[in-house]
Amino acid sequence: MMGGRRLSLNWLGAVPFLVYVAVFLLLPTAIITAGAFLKGDGSATLSNFQDLSRTYVISATVNSILLSALTAIVGASFGALLAYAIATGNPQGLLRRVVVSAAGVLAQFGGVTLAFAFLASIGPAGIVTLLAKQYGLYVYAGGFWIYDIRGLELVYLYFQIPLMVLVFLPAVDGIKPQWREAAESLGGTTWHYWRYVAGPLLAPAFLGCTLLLFANSFSAYATANALINQGGIILPQQIANALSSEVGLHEPGFAKAMAVTMIVIVVMVTVLYSLLQRRTSKWLQ
Amino acid sequence: MAAVTQSFQRTRRQKLQVFRGVIFVAAGLFFLVPLFAMFEFTTRGRLLTDPRNLDAWKSIATYPDLIAAIVASVELAAITSFAMLVLLVPTMVWVRLRLRRLNRIIEFICLLPLTIPAIVLVVGLVPMYQWMGINFSDSILTLAFAYVVLVLPYCYRALDAGLSSIDVKTLSEAARSLGASWFTVMVRVIVPNISSAILNACFLSVALVLGEYTIAQNLLYNNLQVEIALLGRANAGVSIAVSAASLLFAFVLLVLLSLFNRGRGRLRLDDLKQVMRTERG
Amino acid sequence: MKWSSPVRQLGLAVVAFLLVAACGSSPSSTAGCSSAKTATSASDCGGMNGLVAAANAEGALNVIALPPDWANYGAIITGFQAKYPSIKITSDNPNGSSQDEVNAVQQLGASNRAPDVVDVGMAVALANTSLFAPYKVALWNDILASQKEPTGLWFQDYGGYMSIGYDSSKVPAITALSDLLGSRFSGKVALNGDPTKANAALNGVMMASLANGGSLDDISKGVDFFHQLKGKGNFVPVQATTATVKNGTTPVVFDWDYLSAAHGTDVPTWKVFVPNNAILGGYYAQAISKTAPHPAAARLWEEYLYSDEGQNLWLKGLARPVRMQAMITAGTVDKTAAAALPPVSGTPVFLSATQATTASAYLGSHWAAAIS
Repeated sequence: MMGGRRLSLNWLGAVPFLVYVAVFLLLPTAIITAGAFLKGDGSATLSNFQDLSRTYVISATVNSILLSALTAIVGASFGALLAYAIATGNPQGLLRRVVVSAAGVLAQFGGVTLAFAFLASIGPAGIVTLLAKQYGLYVYAGGFWIYDIRGLELVYLYFQIPLMVLVFLPAVDGIKPQWREAAESLGGTTWHYWRYVAGPLLAPAFLGCTLLLFANSFSAYATANALINQGGIILPQQIANALSSEVGLHEPGFAKAMAVTMIVIVVMVTVLYSLLQRRTSKWLQ
Repeated sequence: MAAVTQSFQRTRRQKLQVFRGVIFVAAGLFFLVPLFAMFEFTTRGRLLTDPRNLDAWKSIATYPDLIAAIVASVELAAITSFAMLVLLVPTMVWVRLRLRRLNRIIEFICLLPLTIPAIVLVVGLVPMYQWMGINFSDSILTLAFAYVVLVLPYCYRALDAGLSSIDVKTLSEAARSLGASWFTVMVRVIVPNISSAILNACFLSVALVLGEYTIAQNLLYNNLQVEIALLGRANAGVSIAVSAASLLFAFVLLVLLSLFNRGRGRLRLDDLKQVMRTERG
Repeated sequence: MKWSSPVRQLGLAVVAFLLVAACGSSPSSTAGCSSAKTATSASDCGGMNGLVAAANAEGALNVIALPPDWANYGAIITGFQAKYPSIKITSDNPNGSSQDEVNAVQQLGASNRAPDVVDVGMAVALANTSLFAPYKVALWNDILASQKEPTGLWFQDYGGYMSIGYDSSKVPAITALSDLLGSRFSGKVALNGDPTKANAALNGVMMASLANGGSLDDISKGVDFFHQLKGKGNFVPVQATTATVKNGTTPVVFDWDYLSAAHGTDVPTWKVFVPNNAILGGYYAQAISKTAPHPAAARLWEEYLYSDEGQNLWLKGLARPVRMQAMITAGTVDKTAAAALPPVSGTPVFLSATQATTASAYLGSHWAAAIS
């Protein structure tokens, strides 16, 4: 009876957050999900979900998942290295302040301007490309890779790596020098330190940040739309086309069905992440 | 023995410095070259033979609507960061202490805003904003309600990384046993220990609000990025210059914000245990 | 006493009648429209003066998706504000599509920030007449019957011809569509938008179809042409902006001639080419929202747009205003602006609503595969 009362009081602590999220996040999500079951005239239907089998939607979904997975893993790896390089420096130093502030700005930098920054530097008419041409290096000898998925992978890293730095740095900051001393006093090498001490302690945070990077890349739209404005090769572009098409291909119900697909995919990846967390903690012990 | 350890330490430090140097140079090249290319473009004259000039930058100052948009966006950034901290930090600490089962659910809820592209999320937010517009307020500052939700994924991750590196349970129990109220535990024990995580969460939140475009545009509010898009239609140089200027503005703001984190001495767990032992006699 | 009560009642009735008559007559001399929401022409509002007074009383106007460099809208907004200084114009979502405009009208309902007027492509106008309020501008009769809805739900405003704009300093002069398949155009040709999404891009592909043996009912030749262009590596999917045009990433762009001409401010060597065998015209349409928060200001805006001043400002933006023929006859057209229009020799053709629907359906199932 005491346990019961304590439990209910404990739940009170989470209520403000849950209420806020229910109103401003769960309710809109429910509205969108409900809209996926409606046709243009308001009647209930499952046709929106059946339409998901259109070939270009399937290829867009596959493209989105592969692009997000690749940029998440590569971005997380380089971001973690960069975070470690920052954390091992002077915590009050100017370098740290400048680099972390820059990471903050670049993590949210995207869209038409980011696409242009890349086009202006390594695009077909970019200053680096033209400079390389003078030395006989043709960046686009094999085709215009910047205008397909390969180009997107590179450009996405531009905001994925800074994002990783920002969300992973607090974990790296938590590495205590005593751990290193303890590992060395037991006769361990750098490899032993990372494999048995720092690695397992950082792994949960690393995996969680990688998941964030995946979701970030998965729903990113503006940058891809600026570089590859034709054909809707990733899922968010298909959604935008269905919502804003002014040539009669306006299908809001279908757009919402695709959005529900995106949520389902991220749920599946989150489940995968949970399983991975549990196995990693067992394997690394 | 000591000499060997010292030289071993020195080589390790040297290797670390080399590693850091390589990483910073590589990162510097990757991130600074596109920015430089942007800047170079804004200095081009109209004809290929025209000399370089800063006309595009100078014309930014002549748009009065931009000031109102900047003010609105900065206010939104401040409100969003504050609201996010007030909402997330106590909840996350409480969940770690008392509601462990809720952890995965909170984690997923905080990832949800990222699974839905902003263009679709706005469709779900419109009924709420319609209601608010009639019954509460029409002001652009109501965007903060949506922005707090948008920053949840990033801020949750940063705060989670910070909280997992300190022993929240022991710290709070120790403080409580010394007679501290929950408020004191939060503000004077936990927060100083996760100051770097809080700062990073604020960075992410400020940067997101200053760079947010889709939701503001679809709800027909003129925030900084929408105003920049409007301005950018004037000519090519101005469109890039004004975007670069907004990046610079956000950067300066974040550097100033980082000065708040003077890194108050971390309350070491051992010190606290020492204090507890002496208290108990 | 008993006699005075009916007299008093009569006296009260007379006084009441006089008061009502006085109140009833004052609006027509100061406030103008009592029901601007349902006014179908300026005369419903007590003439232009009444309309202006009512609009000034509202004091604001919300427009949407009117970027300043689109057909000289920047100057039009400035001109309106100069003429009616107490009406503040808020210009929202400059990069929005026509569909985004009607989405905003539907979603924001009658809130203070909802758009009052929309400027949309014909497909969107025809599909959303239930959102519009009928209104006939003063010079209604100058607009051809085929270019307006009979009750005034929508009416065309300006238009142009689908063209190929190019930077003559970066690519050779274009005299025919087939030139684009040459090697000098490698990685240089872009469409303004995705044809399954944007009206301008759909017309671009249709123009290519007309120039390659297709017809208004058959867009497949255009899709084939772009497929060929992609195969040769000449077609790039990047979004063409003023910046990409200036820095040379997209030196060739398919776009409406009046939008293309705007690139001339950044690139002095920009030229606009309309193929002689494929003159595809397209007009946009104006409409007033039924739930407009500022109905009088919305109607005043339409009157301004269709006045000689408004139409000539569009002409200065190199778009062809809908009253152009009437203005040429009346001699009120801006002759220098008219002379600056890109020369076109031949009869233009226009996509009908059904042809546009057929074309978009074909694109929906074939475009993505063709350019991948």
